[in-house]
Amino acid sequence: MNPFQYQRATSPDEAVHAVSVRGAKFLGGGTNLVDLMKYNVEHPSTLIDVTHVGFDQIATTGTTTIVGAGVRNSDLANHEAIRTNYPLLSQALLSGASPQLRNMATTGGNLMQRTRCYYFMDTAFPACNKRTPGSGCAAIKGFNRIHAILGASGGSEGHTECIATNPSDMSVALAALNATIHVTGPKGKRIIPITDFHRLPGDTPNIDTNLKSDELITAVELPAPKFAKHSYYLKVRDRQSYAFALVSVAAGLEINGNTIRSAGLALGGVAHKPWHSSDAEKSLIGATASSDAFRRAADLAVAGAVPREHNAFKIELAKQSIVRAFTLAAQGVQA
Amino acid sequence: MSPASCTDSLLDLEESLNETPDHPSTPAEIELSRRTFIKTTGFLTAAVATGLPHLADAQDGQTLAITTPQMAQLTLKVNGTSKALTLDTRTSLLDALREHLQLTGSKKGCDHGQCGACTILVDGRRINSCLTLAVTAEGAEITTIEGLAKGDELHPVQASFLEHDGFQCGYCTPGQICSAVALLQEHKHNTLSTVSFETGSTAHPELTDNEIRERMSGNICRCGAYPNIVAAVRHAAKGVRA
Repeated sequence: MNPFQYQRATSPDEAVHAVSVRGAKFLGGGTNLVDLMKYNVEHPSTLIDVTHVGFDQIATTGTTTIVGAGVRNSDLANHEAIRTNYPLLSQALLSGASPQLRNMATTGGNLMQRTRCYYFMDTAFPACNKRTPGSGCAAIKGFNRIHAILGASGGSEGHTECIATNPSDMSVALAALNATIHVTGPKGKRIIPITDFHRLPGDTPNIDTNLKSDELITAVELPAPKFAKHSYYLKVRDRQSYAFALVSVAAGLEINGNTIRSAGLALGGVAHKPWHSSDAEKSLIGATASSDAFRRAADLAVAGAVPREHNAFKIELAKQSIVRAFTLAAQGVQA
Repeated sequence: MSPASCTDSLLDLEESLNETPDHPSTPAEIELSRRTFIKTTGFLTAAVATGLPHLADAQDGQTLAITTPQMAQLTLKVNGTSKALTLDTRTSLLDALREHLQLTGSKKGCDHGQCGACTILVDGRRINSCLTLAVTAEGAEITTIEGLAKGDELHPVQASFLEHDGFQCGYCTPGQICSAVALLQEHKHNTLSTVSFETGSTAHPELTDNEIRERMSGNICRCGAYPNIVAAVRHAAKGVRA
């Protein structure tokens, strides 16, 4: 790990000012950043600790709920308002990592998690367009069982190829819930829809999100709850607990009788960002909650998937997981 | 070649260069040249260790400034006792405990937040001390395995692990016990796990064996003492100290 300066910010303004130093980064719970520093993948000159800036509240005003960026994952998952109104988010959060890590990880930090692609995390592999732009992608011809099937960049030149996936469970639920991200920076505040927060790799796989390097996440806003009675987060992985998703599904339904009024759907483990499918959601509006309707939505959600040598299984796995998640959501398993 | 051996061999090379008759040098010049050389070597070592992007950064002179350890003065309050320390900012809380406070009960397994051997309590919450920078823990109440017993009276969870033989080699045990202590507190506060959702028990989940397994999943036991660990936690849950 390279040496670095440490600064504990006590206000958002102080934090934003401090991060203008070249090479400076914000530090939340450190569960990902400190780990990547140990692997020499990240090497900040300065760490600005933003866990003391006062973003540790969850507030409900009217129909929306605002979650401070410093709220720890375990506190968010267990907060009464979240358990009652957004159980999908609780379930997704509790599907991730371990109790210890959830006690450390922050809401803002979770949004900024980097991929767990083995080739990105191991500097012994020189080729990684995400870690070293233009160096190639070791995963494309490597062991790519965990990698993306949707939205990846696979240009023939190789200089921008990237089939990494976003590892967050929380972000998948936020995408299905249509959350927005509040940020602040030197040019003021702005609000970014969750689906525009993370990027597809495109020509710049080294850039994970549309957050600018001098902007600080202040909060996540959850719109009026629609899926409190019918939601399910299904995470499929090699180990039952404490493992990243091969495929995960955040499914929410608003049901009147047996008719679907609206639906929320996002996938994890399949793309460089939480894979949100408006087409699949729209296909469910007005439909009867049934396996046929869910299968149609699943086909739409995974349309255009491109398998790699070792991950073709993810396409059918994703479809079946979508059907199962919606089926469990419709049953109101956790109500 | 490791960065250290790289530095050593380059220093040897410099020694031999300085010793050639064509390089008559005064002691002061040798010292100056060595200092310059060490600085350059440090630069190279950093570049080798961190890959191309850092080299690019280093070339513009911006991050080159941070190649020497940055020291921080801080006070850590561990098991009720405050200690002033001067630490490299890179020091993990685990290393601070083990190497600077001689509290070696907390163990280093993977050092990457994947095994739970380093689990301790910070402000009553279980965390991985290997991924926690010591500087971030200033002002917190830190409890390690050494701080659980009251004198000779074991914490009920410690006693339960003994009674149920919840270990084999014992290396993961301090982390397992700290984790279990927190688990019982969390359950008292009616927290959920992913198993609670799978079983539909999201109002007041009981501590079933499946719940215990899920809630202890952040602690790996290489010996596979899991059945006895679950038994120890199950037993401790029945008589948990308020």
